[in-house]
Amino acid sequence: MSGVFYFISAVTVAGALAAVLLRNTIHCALALAVAFAGLALLFLSLDAQFVGFVQILVYIGAVVILVVFAILLTRDSEAPNQGVYSRTWLAGLVITAAVFAFLAWAVLASLPGLPRRAVAPAASVQDIGNALMTRYVLPLEIIAVLLTAATIGAVIVAMHEKARSK
Amino acid sequence: MTPLTAYLLVAALLFAIGLAGALTRRSAILVLIGIELMLNAANLNLIAFWRYGPHPEFLTGMMFAIFSIAVAAAEAAVGLGLVISIYRHTQTTDVDQITRMKG
Amino acid sequence: MLIQEGAAAAFHPQLTGAASVAVRILWLIPVVPIIAAGIVAVLKQPRRRLAAGLAIGSMSFSFVLALFAFAHVVASWASGFAVRETVNFAWFHIGNEAVAMGWILDPLAAVMLVMVTFVGLLIFIYSTGYMAHDENFTRFFCFLALFAGAMLSLVISNSLLLLFMSWEIVGLTSYLLIGFWYHKPSAAAAAKKAFMTTRVGDVLFLLGMVWLFAETGTLLFYNHGAGSLEGFALGILLTQHAGLGLTAAGAIGLLIFAGAVGKSGQFPLHVWLPDAMEGPTPVSALIHAATMVAAGVYLVARVFPLMQAGAAGIGTTAAFGSTTALEVITWTGAVTAVFAALIAVAQDDIKRILAYSTVSQLGYMMAGLGMGGIAVGMFHLITHAFFKSLLFLGAGSVIHGSHDEQDIRRMGGLRSAMPVTFVVYAIGMLALCGFPLLFSGFWSKDGILEAAHGWSLSKAPFDLLVFGALLTAFYMTRQVSYVFFGRWRGHGHAHESPRVMTVPMCLLAFFAIALGVIGTPAWAWFRGFLLNEPAAVNFAAFASSDLLMLMGASTFVVFLGIGLAWWLYGNRSPAAEEPDKLEKAAPWAWAALRNRLYVDEIYEVTVLAFFHWWARVADWLDRRIWGGIVAGVAMAFRGWAQLNRLIDTFWVDGGFDKGCEELSTSGGLLARAHTGRVQTYLRLLALGFVVLFIVLIWSSRP
Repeated sequence: MSGVFYFISAVTVAGALAAVLLRNTIHCALALAVAFAGLALLFLSLDAQFVGFVQILVYIGAVVILVVFAILLTRDSEAPNQGVYSRTWLAGLVITAAVFAFLAWAVLASLPGLPRRAVAPAASVQDIGNALMTRYVLPLEIIAVLLTAATIGAVIVAMHEKARSK
Repeated sequence: MTPLTAYLLVAALLFAIGLAGALTRRSAILVLIGIELMLNAANLNLIAFWRYGPHPEFLTGMMFAIFSIAVAAAEAAVGLGLVISIYRHTQTTDVDQITRMKG
Repeated sequence: MLIQEGAAAAFHPQLTGAASVAVRILWLIPVVPIIAAGIVAVLKQPRRRLAAGLAIGSMSFSFVLALFAFAHVVASWASGFAVRETVNFAWFHIGNEAVAMGWILDPLAAVMLVMVTFVGLLIFIYSTGYMAHDENFTRFFCFLALFAGAMLSLVISNSLLLLFMSWEIVGLTSYLLIGFWYHKPSAAAAAKKAFMTTRVGDVLFLLGMVWLFAETGTLLFYNHGAGSLEGFALGILLTQHAGLGLTAAGAIGLLIFAGAVGKSGQFPLHVWLPDAMEGPTPVSALIHAATMVAAGVYLVARVFPLMQAGAAGIGTTAAFGSTTALEVITWTGAVTAVFAALIAVAQDDIKRILAYSTVSQLGYMMAGLGMGGIAVGMFHLITHAFFKSLLFLGAGSVIHGSHDEQDIRRMGGLRSAMPVTFVVYAIGMLALCGFPLLFSGFWSKDGILEAAHGWSLSKAPFDLLVFGALLTAFYMTRQVSYVFFGRWRGHGHAHESPRVMTVPMCLLAFFAIALGVIGTPAWAWFRGFLLNEPAAVNFAAFASSDLLMLMGASTFVVFLGIGLAWWLYGNRSPAAEEPDKLEKAAPWAWAALRNRLYVDEIYEVTVLAFFHWWARVADWLDRRIWGGIVAGVAMAFRGWAQLNRLIDTFWVDGGFDKGCEELSTSGGLLARAHTGRVQTYLRLLALGFVVLFIVLIWSSRP
């Protein structure tokens, strides 16, 4: 594995760690952005250029902004009075460790069975577009409906409260 | 250690971190952040398998990842809208204090 | 029949052939009065003329039929054939056997029928006058007609069962008639006493009947050789032994005689007859003098082959071999005759004297049956029926004339005030005493004394009966002198009775004399008729020295009795409060006799006391033991119910409730997992995911 990979992985992991460990929620959101960027780079290193750019556009460009808006709207950036971790954080940590242990074991135990390919596949945007329109046209349409519903839903959820709190 | 294994381990680590955040932080928004991290780790898994698995010409992994991103975005929107709505009711985002569904 | 009367011709019953008209219509004789009784019972308003007319009319019809049947039997006898015709039918079937009933026409039944219907008819006519002032006139005639029907049914019955049923109905009507004036407590008590006392005898009668049926399989008397009084059945009965040295025949005979003891007022079941005088006088005349009390004697005569079965030895015409049953009958009769006569000497009620006289004469009849056979006993029964009912009707006339006075010490001198009554009463009294030659009573009583004299087993009954004849003459003369002679000691003015009452009495008086003719030794028609012997007029029979001596002795005794009483009481009429002559002479004896020899008191102390004690015991038993058991069972049930309730409440309900509580608690406990906090759920999810996959991978290991 190349050093680039290790560097990008380190950045990503650091960003993720920061995202869950920092006290200030805004800092967490920003660390999250860093993690997303690292992931985008990882995608790029996996020859999935389209997905990498979509990652940047959607996640960093929309989701993080959304999170920041939410933080600001809920005044979560102010200092909390009871601490940022739950009282039973150890139980959660233990469970997490168990999950990670299991996943790692699964990966490492199936080492011989995993496929290896050295040649990078070619995936042009045109191919992706073709696939979307032919093979994956049904999921596409459904995703369209889903996004519409989500948008409308989010608006209604937020708006209803606005109307009532008047 | 094959490259695939490395990517998978990174994905597992990211997943665990995201899970830790979702399970241990008080703020609801941070729970959602943790969930986003978990989703991203899954996406990484998918792309890694697309890159190193059989039949990459079918673009299955990539498609899956794209749709996953779309869904995650929609879910983040709705989730955050809900958090805002809850904040309006209870004036707090502390998940420990939101126990209306207790019992 | 196992015993032949001397050398007489054997009894040849009429061969089966066609039953005569007489026997085929014989059933009408009892049925018509019963129907008349039924009609009178449902009449809407008291319709006296109709009620009396129905009763008298039905009785006249029965009388005519009885005469017709009698004529048929006499004609047959005269031509040498004895008549014993039966009509039997099966009443109901039990399994393979049938219970049969039927009626019989033979000389015994024929004479009894004529007597009952004739005397009954005369008394019915008398009653229309006697009960004229009574408001329950209709009820009286209804009961009288019912009684007549039952009595006639008893006479003609060929089945012991039918006889018993009629016997019971006769007892019932006796009860109803004794207690006719039921609002009088003494009358009600007397009726109850009569019923209870006769019941004692009836129970034993029933036992005998059942035993007879068990041994012989039939209750019919005569059934062409298969009847219970015929050879085959008697043979069976003689072979069975019943303990105490008796054969079954003897034991059954004694049991049946026990029924007769109750009904005919023999000692010790005589106590009801004097009390029965509470009823109206026609009732006393008909039932307790002529007919019902005679039913016991008739019963013994009817089942005489049974009584006589197994008798050893053949004697003269006056005495024959005896069985245990006949011995018992004789002794009972003789003792009763003297016992009752003694008591009658000290009584002051006109009817009570006659009642004890009846008991005494019934004793004579029983003794006559036991020692002399059915002819002797039945002859005295027939003559007694006429003169005793005459005496009772006379007493009724006297009571009626002295304005319902019954104490003889408050009467007197009625000879001039009631001449007709005096004459007929005197005739009856002389017949009862046995005044020689002219009166039927002399001949019938002499027949009994003759039989007693010749009885081989003992002379004691003869002595007792002679003594009884002395007493009879004594007390009757005492009564007549108190009532008809001397001066009037009553209240008001005595008057003679109306014609409707005196004419029947005159008729009875005529027969009290005339019947003697058929029983004299010179022409023993009655005896011959009953026993199917030819009877020729033969004055040479008087030549027997034994017979003349006997007649002389009884004549002497009668005159002695009348003389003694006349000497003591005669024309004097002591005031009612004065003690009797004999009382002054022997106060203790007089008191004992006056108090009826304390028999009632003895019963009171023994039987009745036991009965009261037993009633108390039974009550205690019922209340404490059975009641206790019932209460105990109830308590057990209640306890059980309580137990069930407890089980139900604590175990079942409690268990169920507890279970539900546990479920609820565990639900509550489990609900703790629902903290309402998202992070908890997420953690559980993650944990579950790990566990699940570990399990899956573990289970898919090779």
